[in-house]
Amino acid sequence: MATYSCDLLIVGGGGAGLRASIAAAEARPDLDVAVVSKVYPMRSHTVAAEGGAAAVIKDTDSLEAHAYDTVSGADWLCDQDVVEAFVNEAPREMVQLEHWGCPWSREPDGSVAVRPFGGMKVSRTWFAADKTGFHMLHSLFQTSLKYKSVKRYDEWFVTRLLVDDGRCAGVVAVEIATGEIHSIMAKAVILCTGGCGKIFPFTTNANIKNGDGMALAYRAGAPLKDMEFVQYHPTGLPATGILITEATRAEGGWLVNKDGYRYLQDYALGTPEPKPVHRTMELGPRDRLSQAFIKEQERGRTLEGPYGHYVNLDIRHIGEAVIDKKLPFVRELCLKYANLDPVHEVIPVRPVVHYIMGGVHTDIHGATPIAGLYAAGEVACVSLNGANRLGSNSLTECLVFGARAGLAAAEFVDGAAPAGAAIEAQARDEEQRLRALMAKTDGTERIADLRSEMQSTMEESAGIYRAGDTLAAGGETLGRLRQHARHLKLEDRSSTFNTEFISALELDYMLELAEVILRSAVERTESRGAHQRIDFPARDDDKFLAHSLAYRADDGSARIEYLPVTITQWPPGARVYGKQ
Amino acid sequence: MSGGAHEPAAGLKLYHPPMSLWWWLERRAYFKIVVRELTSLFVGAFAVVTLLQIRAVGDGPEPYAAFAAMLGSPAFITFSVVAFLAVLFHALTWFPLVPTTIVLRVGEQRVPGNIIAGAHFAGWLIVSVVVAYILLRG
Amino acid sequence: MAETLRLEVSRYRPEEDSEPTLQSYDVLLDALNHVKNEIDGSLTFRWSCRMGVCGSCGMMANGEPKLTCAVPLTDYDPAQPIRIEPLQFFPVVRDLVIDMSSFLEKLSNVKPWIIRDDVEATEAVEFKQTPAELDAYKQFSMCINCMLCYSACPVIGLEPEFSGPAAIALAQRYNLDSRDKGKEERMDVLDAHEGLWGCTYFGECTKVCPKNVDPAGAIQLYKMASATDYLKSLLLPWGSK
Repeated sequence: MATYSCDLLIVGGGGAGLRASIAAAEARPDLDVAVVSKVYPMRSHTVAAEGGAAAVIKDTDSLEAHAYDTVSGADWLCDQDVVEAFVNEAPREMVQLEHWGCPWSREPDGSVAVRPFGGMKVSRTWFAADKTGFHMLHSLFQTSLKYKSVKRYDEWFVTRLLVDDGRCAGVVAVEIATGEIHSIMAKAVILCTGGCGKIFPFTTNANIKNGDGMALAYRAGAPLKDMEFVQYHPTGLPATGILITEATRAEGGWLVNKDGYRYLQDYALGTPEPKPVHRTMELGPRDRLSQAFIKEQERGRTLEGPYGHYVNLDIRHIGEAVIDKKLPFVRELCLKYANLDPVHEVIPVRPVVHYIMGGVHTDIHGATPIAGLYAAGEVACVSLNGANRLGSNSLTECLVFGARAGLAAAEFVDGAAPAGAAIEAQARDEEQRLRALMAKTDGTERIADLRSEMQSTMEESAGIYRAGDTLAAGGETLGRLRQHARHLKLEDRSSTFNTEFISALELDYMLELAEVILRSAVERTESRGAHQRIDFPARDDDKFLAHSLAYRADDGSARIEYLPVTITQWPPGARVYGKQ
Repeated sequence: MSGGAHEPAAGLKLYHPPMSLWWWLERRAYFKIVVRELTSLFVGAFAVVTLLQIRAVGDGPEPYAAFAAMLGSPAFITFSVVAFLAVLFHALTWFPLVPTTIVLRVGEQRVPGNIIAGAHFAGWLIVSVVVAYILLRG
Repeated sequence: MAETLRLEVSRYRPEEDSEPTLQSYDVLLDALNHVKNEIDGSLTFRWSCRMGVCGSCGMMANGEPKLTCAVPLTDYDPAQPIRIEPLQFFPVVRDLVIDMSSFLEKLSNVKPWIIRDDVEATEAVEFKQTPAELDAYKQFSMCINCMLCYSACPVIGLEPEFSGPAAIALAQRYNLDSRDKGKEERMDVLDAHEGLWGCTYFGECTKVCPKNVDPAGAIQLYKMASATDYLKSLLLPWGSK
């Protein structure tokens, strides 16, 4: 077991991780910064974000308006001090990315163009056609190559955080190419590993999104916050779950049921107009749109195909010129993966798991309760998104809180004491655990079988609408699956690029997180944002204007506590869409 | 692992696929291009012949007559036909590639490639007609 | 959907083999994952986004470099096996996984970032860039680093040091960006035999590019610029700069 060391270690090389690495390298060129990622950074799932990134830049807009949209979109479950910091710093971060070369779409005068987005009452979403995440990630990655103090460990998979006496001092990781187990000692660690959409069967998320960082932090003793809040994006392609961006609706697309009727008007989202109207109809928030789909399905007004129920997204009236200019990727995706041309045909869509509002509990600087451990991006829950994230806030979140965590961690490094012998012992323990797992030959359970059963269980019990009994049933199934997962059948005996071994570790992470999601959902006996309980249909501010915090108990089960929401300027109110 | 420099992980037993000597026969496109590259020898040969011809003119009527006779020999005519076909092939496969090297804009739109390639073919035709006219009018 | 296809997959197990061998599978659609999940968990390949944007899953399919998530198997004759191999002209780590460290090295060598020294002064506001200025480089910014172009380019096979299509296109992407002032710095790197001039213009890189980046065009434009610079420095007393 080789031991490497650095001052600041960032786990994950997506939008948040790269932003954190650059922030730390710029602020403190004397520090050794390292980025360890299970894929090459430009493969990270930030690459798949399409629609845009929100930040106030136009004179018609205000920070207050962005903050209000975010707070009401979150169904008041966000921390308002966090929201204020976010909207304040968002424009500077976006301009910074512009200076780093991000090819933002432009107005004729050369200024940055913005488009409307769901739940936003002013157009403030910056975009690079409909490949915003791709361009942001590549701009960040290419810019990061400039900093020689940033060392990368590409295709290394982190299996454990080394924590002693309440302080994180490094990680153990498998170098995937060789199968070697290494420890990387660090004075501070930032988790930027993204979300865990692959816990669900039907998701926009890439294969790599297994909640690695959440599970690592949870096992190291950090609480996971608001994990019951899973976002369904209303428009995914039925067969594959491939995302059709909200920007289709921002550019004027309509959601219609089997009769060609814009059904959202029946669900308190306003009255249909031919042109898109902010915070109205198709530009409502994602939770409400996905819930409207289920209601529409119950009324028998959706269509049915080989991959279940769906409605149609109609962008034909936008015209080929606008589609090719502003939505070229949507056209490409439809042609390749749905075999239709949206210029001439409607796009079948249905709600699809897209994002988790919950994550590792952090404060406004990205610090977790474990000293020296930070988190930013989707893996974290800094409490910006509350019960429902607004589209185009998450890319900006990666920048704002990636930078914040990078700076805070760089500062922490100075005071950090060197790691003790206990850390080295932990690293050796972890090595032994991994070696035993690699050597195991008597397993009987296929990874793929357990994974798909976990996924279907989650969809059935923790989908768009939930109930106490289905959540409990799901919990039982998960318990059984976790037992079975101790006897995984590993066929790949090679130490070279053993992806099966990595999949086994990822499954282990996901099963743990699935249970946390269910547990958190069971305890929250109210309906708020993306968490809808049919047995408790009302929002309950008296009891639940609070974040859930899931701690891992010694027996491996989740213990839930609550933490009050921070309110500064916007007392809880009704979420009104469709009329302002 | 990397930092500054990127290199393969230490201890990997990488397989380096050998490159066949006949790689250029394995894909039609490679073959076409290698042939086009080879045809430039004939383009060069034409240039050399022309230079020699000019020198023969300079040397006086007798050497030029001998040179002209050589040009008229069956062997040289065979060479000329082959070389002409080669040059033709070169031009026909080259012009369609030209648009990638030239970016022309009219307003916001980039001039489509087939117009640029078409202009080259048209130019070629016009030059050929002029040359033919000069040679054949007497 | 019960159509049966036959895959021939190139396997290379470094512990046992000295070179790749071929194994045949009968599988359904979404073939490689089906094999991995149901038949042989040891089959090794990279993939992630399955929507043609992360660039992980490039492989040779019947001798052609393809982004495997973006090619429907219905494109192939079900009566014939489809031969899947790792991207050619790269060292093979295992099965369908190639070593891409040389590619990363080439990418970072061209200084793919905005070079200018007056950023401080303009920190608070965005640089203006008109839609036409954006269009000038936009196409070259669409590269997903899938490396299909390297597998299509025989020069990479013959001269592994050649910078290659994607790296040069990326350099050109920054050169043509109205916000950048680093053209000369990059020219110093690329105006070398293993830089620009390794390219003999097979043009295959452009044909296989799944994102229409046209690296061949980028390289030829770059050559023109380099040649123009050279001529200027030769003919004009004050040189090219």
